[in-house]
Order: sequence, then C-alpha cells, then structure tokens
Amino acid sequence: MTLRARHLLGIEQLSPPEITEILDLADRYVDLNRRTVKSSDVLAGLTQINMFFENSTRTQASFELAGKRLGADVMNMAVAQSSVKKGETLIDTALTLNAMRPDLLVVRHPSSGAVNLLASKVNCAVLNAGDGRHEHPTQALLDALTIRRAKGRIQRLTVAICGDIAHSRVARSNLILLGKMENRLRLIAPPTLMPPGVQDFGCELYDDMKKGLEGADVVMMLRLQKERMDGGFIPSEREYYHRYGLDAEKLSYAKPDAIVMHPGPMNRGVEIDGEIADDINRSVIQEQVEMGVAVRMACMDLLARNLRAERGRAAVGVMA
Amino acid sequence: MDNTTELLHLTNARLIDPEGLTQELGSLTVLNGQIVARNAAAPKGAEVLDCAGLCLAPGIVDWGVKIGEPGERHRESFRSAGLAAAAGGVTTIIARPDTLPAIDTPETLEFVTRRAVESVVRIRHMAALTKGRAGQEMTEIGFLLDAGAVAFSDVFHVSTNTKALARAFTYARSLGALVVGHPQEPGLSAGAAATNSKFASLRGLPGVHPMAERLGLDRDLGLVEMTGVRYHADQITTAGALPSIVRAKERGLDVTAGVSIHHLTLNDFDVGDYRTFFKLTPPLRSEDDRLAIVQALAEGVIDIVASFHTPADEESKRLPFEEAVSGAVGLQTLLPAALRLVHSGDLDLPSLWRTLSLNPAKRLGLAQGRLAEGAPADLVLFDPDAPFVLDRFKLASKSKNTPFDGMRMEGKVHATWVAGSQVYKG
Repeated sequence: MTLRARHLLGIEQLSPPEITEILDLADRYVDLNRRTVKSSDVLAGLTQINMFFENSTRTQASFELAGKRLGADVMNMAVAQSSVKKGETLIDTALTLNAMRPDLLVVRHPSSGAVNLLASKVNCAVLNAGDGRHEHPTQALLDALTIRRAKGRIQRLTVAICGDIAHSRVARSNLILLGKMENRLRLIAPPTLMPPGVQDFGCELYDDMKKGLEGADVVMMLRLQKERMDGGFIPSEREYYHRYGLDAEKLSYAKPDAIVMHPGPMNRGVEIDGEIADDINRSVIQEQVEMGVAVRMACMDLLARNLRAERGRAAVGVMA
Repeated sequence: MDNTTELLHLTNARLIDPEGLTQELGSLTVLNGQIVARNAAAPKGAEVLDCAGLCLAPGIVDWGVKIGEPGERHRESFRSAGLAAAAGGVTTIIARPDTLPAIDTPETLEFVTRRAVESVVRIRHMAALTKGRAGQEMTEIGFLLDAGAVAFSDVFHVSTNTKALARAFTYARSLGALVVGHPQEPGLSAGAAATNSKFASLRGLPGVHPMAERLGLDRDLGLVEMTGVRYHADQITTAGALPSIVRAKERGLDVTAGVSIHHLTLNDFDVGDYRTFFKLTPPLRSEDDRLAIVQALAEGVIDIVASFHTPADEESKRLPFEEAVSGAVGLQTLLPAALRLVHSGDLDLPSLWRTLSLNPAKRLGLAQGRLAEGAPADLVLFDPDAPFVLDRFKLASKSKNTPFDGMRMEGKVHATWVAGSQVYKG
C-alpha cells in the first residue's frame, strides 16, 4: 500500500488505513533502529533537504537521522538566518531549492499554511514539520505509535489533551488523528487557551483538570508556548502550574495505568512536574522521541515509493 | 469613447428604476449628457439604439474604490480603474484616500483630481479624516471640502484616540461633512486574519470575534450621538452589529450603512486551503452572518452595496495567509456578483439598484442613480441572465486578485454610458 497524496502536509489528508499503514511500517523501523547496524538503503540516491524557517533542534535532528538511516543524502538549510533575511520570498526560496532537484523537502515554517503554499510550487515530496498553529503531522503519528505500543491499540481510548491548545499545532494534528481513529477526546485548558470554535470540535471540554483527567487512558501534556503569546493568556506561571500543571495528585484521577506524554521541550514546573516526567512507570516521553525517528523514516519511505512510481511511469512514457 | 452622440434614443429597454422601484419596457432619450425624456417617441435626428429588451439602469456608484495613485500605480491607475469600471457598469467611482501618501491635504487631492481625468468614468474622491490616517489630528476638512472631497475616512485604520476622533467629528459636523467609519474594535481585531470559528482554528489562523464589529460601531455611534455628525459605516458584516444600526436610525441619527459585495456572496468556508484572494478586511464571516446581512439589505437596514475594490499584485498575495495583504478587486465583478442576490430571490432588480446606485449617490449628494428627466445620462445596459465563467486574466484591472476566479456567474454588461458618451461596448 502507498499514500494517496504526493506530500504529507497534515493528518487531515490521511485516511485511517493510511495511518495504520504508516504505524505498521514505523514499527518495523523501530526494530531496525534498535540494532547496532541501523543503516538501510531505502532512500539511497535520494536527496533530502531540511528547511527550517523556525528554529528547532529536536525535530530537525530527528528528520536528519531518519533520512541518514535510510541512506538519503541529507542537507540542512538554516533558512531562519539566510536569504529570507535578505528579503527573498518563500516562493522564490522554494523555486531555488526546487531547481537543485531534491526528492524530499522537510519544511517547518512559523505561518499556518506556508507549507501547503510551498508544496504547490515544487515537484518533489514535501513533509510538513510544523506550520504555525496548523499541523505537525509526524508528531501526531509518533504520538499514535507510542500510544499503540503502550496500550496495544489506538482505538476506543480516552485521551486527555491538556494545556495550551490554542497555540498548538501538535494538539490540532492529534485531535484530527485520534478523532479519525475513533477515540474519546477531552480537552483541558483554561478558557483563554482554548481555540475559538472549540465547542464545535466534537471533544469534551474541561477547565477543571481533575474532572477532565478522570478515567483517562492517555494524558497528553502540551508546552506552554510563551513565544506565540502576545501576553495575558494566563495570570502567572505559578497559578498555571497550580491549576493545570500535571503532578502526582492530579494524575491520580486518571486510570492507574494511564500514560503521560509530552511533545517536548518541557517546561518543568510549569505544565509538568519533573518527577512525573521522569517516572518510567508513567511517562513515555523518551519513547516518543524514539518513535519520532521511526515514524519519520516510515513517512519518507512511503512518499519516496510514490516518487519512484511516478518517475517510473514518466520514464515509460518517454520510451513509448 | 468616441461614440459621442448629442441625441440618443434608447428604445425597447427594460428600464430598471431604483427610485420608483419599477422595471418596465420603455425608452430613454438622452441629449447633451442628460436624460431628457422617458418613454417618448424618438426625436428627429436621434441615433436610435434598440436595446432588445435588455436591462437599462443608472450606472453603479461604487463607494470605496482603492486606486493606486499616488504611490502604487503598478497595482491600479486611474486609467485601468476607469476601464474596469466601465466594463463593470460602474459610472462613478468614489475613490479611497488610503494611498501612499494618504490624501490628507488639499494639494494631494488636487493632484489626484488632475490625474483622474485619465479615467473614462467619473471619479470623486474621499479625503482622510485625520493626518496620515493616523487617527491623531484632523485634516483640513474645510479646505478639502472646497477642493472637492465628498466624504472623510481613515479607511481601515481605526483610531484608538477617541478624544481626537470626537474633535474631528465635531469639526466635520460644523461643516456638514460626511464621515465614513470602519466599525472595528482595533484591540480585539489586532493580528486577525480570519473570523473566529472551528474552521479558522483548525487552519491555525488567528481570528477575531465578530463582536469586534459591534464594539467598534457602538463607539462610533456614541460619538455620532455626541456630535451630531453625518456618519456612514463602511461595512456592516455581522448580525450582531445590526441592532445598533436599527436603533441609531430609529432615534433619528444621520446614519447609513454599507456592505461589500464579497460579504454578501461569500463566507468564511470559501477561504478553503489558505486561498489568499479570499483574505479581506474585515475577514469573511459565517454563513449565518451572511444571511442576516442579506436580509438587512432587503429590509433597508443596510443602505449601500459596494465592491471595496482593492487591487493587490501577485507578489503580495502569493504569501502564507497571515502574511498576505487583504482585499480583492471588484469593479468589474460587482454587477454579476450582485445579481446573485436577484437570482437567489433575495432582492428584485430595482431594489438592488437602489443599493448600488441611488442610495450612494443620494448619501454623497450626487445627482446620479436616477432615470428621471434631468438626471445625468450615466447608464448601463446589461443582460442579467447571461452566464459566463470568470477568468481573472480577462479583467481590465491591472491587478487580478478576484475571489470569483473560475466561478460561474450571470450578468453581462453590453454597454456603459457616462454623460451620454458610450465608454464601454460588450
């Protein structure tokens, strides 16, 4: 099986079978990654360019490692401090890169929809590594893989997503994915950090964290995105921690075997208590990072299959 | 343009009369740029044009058109705007002062008045209400009136300095000047690219609550009550703002309201996957709001429909949605888009023409908008049912940023006359 679309721009475009396909393949890459020799030649000869218009260490490293383990030639473009500063538009940057004939373009951008725009102008496969407050599809997929491995399934679970939902692309992609896979979703946040129109999302909404966590199988914490806020969303970090920070007491309302997740980087003592984050019996935060590499390998593998098939068809066309 | 005829007899036309609210077959006789007779026999020596039963209506008075002179002539010039207007049945453009620099001195106003002769349709200018449209100090309202300003507006810039605004309103009141406000609470709408909704949130776009419009309107109406100034709200686009307009009119304040054709015919879902041609000021609203505004238009709560023609080059639109500029061209699409309201059964043609032509002319003290004897022969002949698919590259405007690109529309202009001279032949 392959993906229907050329790009991976969001979870919104994926069907439940496609999601399952990605997770199944990622499971196999987890095994590969745990071996001593981790190399594969699935992407041999292909060029992968990581274009990060917004600074990122973790996601960029994860994509870079994923590409290298599959044998691609990987290049990192630190666009945040290059030609964009000289006034070049996003489209021109994309066209310039496109002329260098990359096969996989991994893009992160601070504006929602920017990756969609860029994808419409290039003829390689584009992976969205996060655009503004819109989507971060590989994060939702790695979260899904983590949940599936911990819980044995990715359906019929009660998942509580807590924290800065308004500013979070991780929350949006997770909402869409977990919704498509038919889970029960709860959003827990102070009303100022809920996105407008949230009442139409089809989720249960809570501003009381203890009630929201009651009976949850999965507790997904979000980072308080101070850099996306223009002030005044919460009274103070200490009050936020008191009401919405995940500590042992609040976690006791969830199911005894509930897992704790966080997309990182964490603000310890703001949205999550350090002890909970480090509790190997509850926290799967490190596992999420590991799954990230495997999921990104799976996504790039599947997109590359499409590229090869397309080029094969084109070559046959030339010969005929 | 060179088809000037002293004596013209237009016969067998469906006369759309926004004053009498009638639409009957008849004829018009035009002499020296004026309508001299209605349903009279063709005078001797007249050029007779058989209109074959097509609609003949007063030309549209399009209030709030951005022309790129001075400063942004690559986006639109008086010449290109005039051609687009003529092709769209617009015979009078009321131009906006949000140019570079703003039209905030009599000298700038004289400059654009001189430049405007390049247009084949009539151009009247609004001037800025405050210097540099900054909302701090009023402009020379008296001098600007003398130089021909028809109204005063800071366009989409909303002043937070209510005291300065109160002074400008008071001064404008003493001169009988008409002030145009943009009802929007600037703090609440800061940074917004869409209207708050599930849809905008899932797209990750920063939104504004529709309440920002009512808050802005209520502030302005408070100042109107305080100062007695003549006031026009440029665009009312939300249901929540309508009761304030109704109340103000009931209490006898000299208040009118307008709306853009885009907010009457499109909604926030049309933005789809970040289509920047649908990024407007204010942002497109929900379907519930759109329906309420259409009803308010039919009931006369909203008086005026305009295109809010805002030319933007491709570069300023080919950007991520939040970074792209707002606005759409509309001079040439106003008529077919407005006819959607007729085809949907919401308004009849004469009532629609009231909002497109008679009402704006009356509000601005212009003689246009009527088919009566003595009225200027600014006319449009059109087929309201002719279907076509809009191709944006065929628009006469220098900028092609229309949200209607590729859409099916009905309504084709066959001819446009300004002061009895034919300026467009379709």
